Amino acid sequence: MQIRLEPQGKQITVSGRKRVGDLVQSLGILAGTVMVIRGDELLTDDEFVDDTDSIELRAVISGGVA
Amino acid sequence: MKCKRCKEKAIVQLRSHNAAFCKPCFTFFFQRTVERAIDREHMFAKDERVLVAVSGGKDSLALWDVLVDLGYQTEGLYLGLGIGTYSKASEQKTRAFAEKRGLTLRVVALDETEDNLAIPEVAATTRRPACSACGTFKRHHFDRAALDGGFPVLATGHNLDDEAARLLGNVLHWQLSYLAKQQPVLQPTHPRFVRKVRPLFRTSELESATYAFLRGIDYVVDECPNSHGATQLVYKDILNRLEHTMPGSKLAFLTDFLNRGQPLFAAGPDGQLGECERCGMPAAGELCGYCRLVAEVGRRRAQAVAHS
Repeated sequence: MQIRLEPQGKQITVSGRKRVGDLVQSLGILAGTVMVIRGDELLTDDEFVDDTDSIELRAVISGGVA
Repeated sequence: MKCKRCKEKAIVQLRSHNAAFCKPCFTFFFQRTVERAIDREHMFAKDERVLVAVSGGKDSLALWDVLVDLGYQTEGLYLGLGIGTYSKASEQKTRAFAEKRGLTLRVVALDETEDNLAIPEVAATTRRPACSACGTFKRHHFDRAALDGGFPVLATGHNLDDEAARLLGNVLHWQLSYLAKQQPVLQPTHPRFVRKVRPLFRTSELESATYAFLRGIDYVVDECPNSHGATQLVYKDILNRLEHTMPGSKLAFLTDFLNRGQPLFAAGPDGQLGECERCGMPAAGELCGYCRLVAEVGRRRAQAVAHS
């Protein structure tokens, strides 16, 4: 599957059917710090994605001093 | 995963609340959380005009969206920081948000001022960290715009993660004066200040990002280029690791402080504030922080010309 990491703009490919929670963890990302987006829908940790999917992992953390 | 409220398929899981929600129930949950924060903290009423500081990011645009949806009287304020393409994209998205909804947006552009006070220029001239100059400029222009526009309240999009990270930083360095002021509502300490409120102080970044996504808000996903390596991000990372192991820790850290710790630090009001000789805004000395910084820019530019 194709995975786009935002805001880094990085594109990676991961093979195989995977549980979303496991996929996020395998990329070294803490649960709750990204939204997992497929098209116009959000995915929860218990859903599965496979090689036919194209997803976006969008970080929700913003920084700096307000 | 099922929605906690209606048992339909969930689209977001909130470990801190031990809950998952579908789209309509999450939208209800988010808006109700914000409305309760406004009511319980006596932030503002429906008959008060609220100036909402918007940056083009998820939090401030989500906040403006909620306030409009809940029927509050709002206008937006966008401060153009002059940070290259980042600021241009932020302004464009903020303007598009306001236009799409028929909302009034006030824009102040630092790089279009007579002195060109764009943040990169000021930081380079004064050799201050960009975030420090940015904070000073934001506070001044937010105060000024609220005062000039006759708004009794200024609302910002600081969320739970922002507030918890700020609290951690204040505790690590025992910043007593900052701890005394860390509240979701800051009452004015001078007639030229207005009430400052943070209606998102109980909602996490995941919640505001999810809300913005579900509402179709086109926000700036890119981070400010000056935020790389910012201390606040280190604190957020530490808190997110804690949250991962102990869900709900961030909310408990902040709310327990506000309920039990903060009153102990809030011993008394600020020292008497006078007015800045240059701009007339409240100041502890002859000049306010903003005018001291602007004067420093002028001094350093003059020195640079003299040495060239």
